[in-house]
Amino acid sequence: MIRLEHVKRSFTVGDQPVAALRDISLHIAAGEYVSIMGPSGSGKSTLLNMIGLLDRPDAGLYLLAGQDVSQLNEEQQAQVRRDKIGFVFQFFHLVPRLTAAMNIELPLILAGVDPQERKQRVDELLASYGLTNRADHRPEQLSGGQRQRVAIARATIMRPAVLLADEPTGNLDRATGREVMALLEGLTEQGVTLILVTHDHEIGDRAQRQLVMVDGQLASDTRQP
Amino acid sequence: MTLTDTLLFASGSLRGARTRTLLMMLAMAIGVAAVVVLTALGEGARRYVIGEFSSLGTNLVIVLPGRSETSGISPGMLVGQIPRELVLDDAQALLRSNAIRRLAPLSVGSAQASNGARNREVMVLGSTAQLLAIRHMEMGEGQFLPDTDARLASSVCVLGAKIRRELFANEAAVGGWVKLGDRRFRVSGVLKEQGESMGFNTDELVIIPVASAHQLFNTQALLRILIEAKGRDEILRARSEAESILLARHSGERDVTVITQDAILATFDRILRALTLAVGGIAAISLAVAGILIMNVMLIAIAQRTQEIGLLKAIGAPPAQIRKLFFAEAALLSLVSSLAGWALGEIGSFVIGRAYPTLPIGAPWWAVLAALATALGTGILFSVMPARRAAKLDPVLALARR
Ligand SMILES: Nc1ncnc2c1ncn2[C@@H]1O[C@H](COP(=O)(O)OP(=O)(O)OP(=O)(O)O)[C@@H](O)[C@H]1O
Ligand SMILES: [Mg+2]
Repeated sequence: MIRLEHVKRSFTVGDQPVAALRDISLHIAAGEYVSIMGPSGSGKSTLLNMIGLLDRPDAGLYLLAGQDVSQLNEEQQAQVRRDKIGFVFQFFHLVPRLTAAMNIELPLILAGVDPQERKQRVDELLASYGLTNRADHRPEQLSGGQRQRVAIARATIMRPAVLLADEPTGNLDRATGREVMALLEGLTEQGVTLILVTHDHEIGDRAQRQLVMVDGQLASDTRQP
Repeated sequence: MTLTDTLLFASGSLRGARTRTLLMMLAMAIGVAAVVVLTALGEGARRYVIGEFSSLGTNLVIVLPGRSETSGISPGMLVGQIPRELVLDDAQALLRSNAIRRLAPLSVGSAQASNGARNREVMVLGSTAQLLAIRHMEMGEGQFLPDTDARLASSVCVLGAKIRRELFANEAAVGGWVKLGDRRFRVSGVLKEQGESMGFNTDELVIIPVASAHQLFNTQALLRILIEAKGRDEILRARSEAESILLARHSGERDVTVITQDAILATFDRILRALTLAVGGIAAISLAVAGILIMNVMLIAIAQRTQEIGLLKAIGAPPAQIRKLFFAEAALLSLVSSLAGWALGEIGSFVIGRAYPTLPIGAPWWAVLAALATALGTGILFSVMPARRAAKLDPVLALARR
């Protein structure tokens, strides 16, 4: 599903180049559940953004479902993001003026799906995430857990093959975090490839495959027996 | 993303920032309203002047003694002659032209008018029966001058409405006698009250036959000859024929000036239109200012909505779509505000029109169109830069909360 070969990425801070990814080669099969852990600044988010096509490698190759996506132009990359990738963020990033239902609907609107089908799909998802009675609430009227569930609904409404979550529980208490994780893990059982960045070992250890990053490099890659 | 969805989303974000949106709308609406009101005023002034001028008569050609142009020196001037006067026979001769429907010679002077103890100084106009029709005057009572030979000095007069009041008060005027200088004139009629037009007040006028006026003022000269051409298309022919007839009568000397009402009207029209255009243009500058304001506010809005833009990109909006969203916002904003400004301007013009009923106020359609187009144009033009900036935003940075 995802194949990275010798991917490098560095940023210029002041006039010093800072290497965020040194030389990453990685293969993730369809339907895998992968956690990425490691100290702060080790390049976890940069790697996730790279996989999510929000960032481009300075060098190296990135194949998504067999397609060399690093060569695509911005327009084409946006389309790949829309159709194949879902994002879940630590800070939810819901649009504050839109209701929960409208936030979830957003990717469908961008994809030009017709309004009737949109409504039906949003309603289904609201129901299965237990958010039906929160459909018309704006984000500020929702709890953290509810916000993250709305964000996950938004990330999955296009039925993407890959779900990328950058510290999805980082802003939630332990109990709510567990609920959100149950939701995400439920999705992996439906065949979604889930890549999860976390600082929480309890959460990271539940994944089938665990990556540890240190200083822009993969320090270990272990699989659950 | 469909156009409907784009517009809905854009209007949603405009409504989301209510104060900001209202302020931008206000700036743009005031600009449009200013253009509408100011051009309405200019156009009102133009229509007023043209209307006043047209009410003097239709298809008028006017003959004045003397040359108004300085080109060429006539032989007469070299020997120190004063230019030849315009006389009654000149007027009679003009009737030979078949482009001329009718004409009225005019001579003017002032005299003391009295009826018993009541008396006052009046302006006396010497003319013929044709004057009534040519100048579009109307009778209040009695008859106008009799339609006789212009050379006949009969002792009848027509009074302006105000003169009639002052000399006769409640007495019957028609059939009464008025003394002008040392001569007595019988009143044959009274003009309808008209008020002032183009600085000329027929209410304070006494009209007598032109020959009588010549006797009264002891002169042969005419102030001018008013000619009515047979139709609009005949104006120029009437003018050139009048010129050539008078040229022949004045032994080849061009010592008269023949002007057409159309030419004067056209000059006024040009001047006043230019004025309207200038005022409208100045008002349009305020629209450009409003455009710059919109650009500023949109740039601020983009800074505030960085996360939203980053998110839209992350969930698959290509840069072109982001640009479209911001264009749509600017277009909606300018459309709604320019329509509001238009309405505001029309209301303003209506109120001013009520306050000055004599001014036929109304914004010309071209000014309204230009104002709306300028508003829309500046709104969209000034959103190009903010929209491009939004589209270029790096989603990673936009979503990061550092
Ligand atoms: N846009 C950027 N500009 C400059 N430096 C950056 C940028 N993004 C990341 N970096 C640097 O790259 C390195 C890796 O950053 P990254 O955000 O991937 O770390 P992380 O593992 O996600 O850390 P954290 O656990 O704190 O989220 C860091 O040194 C960071 O300072
Ligand atoms: Mg990170």
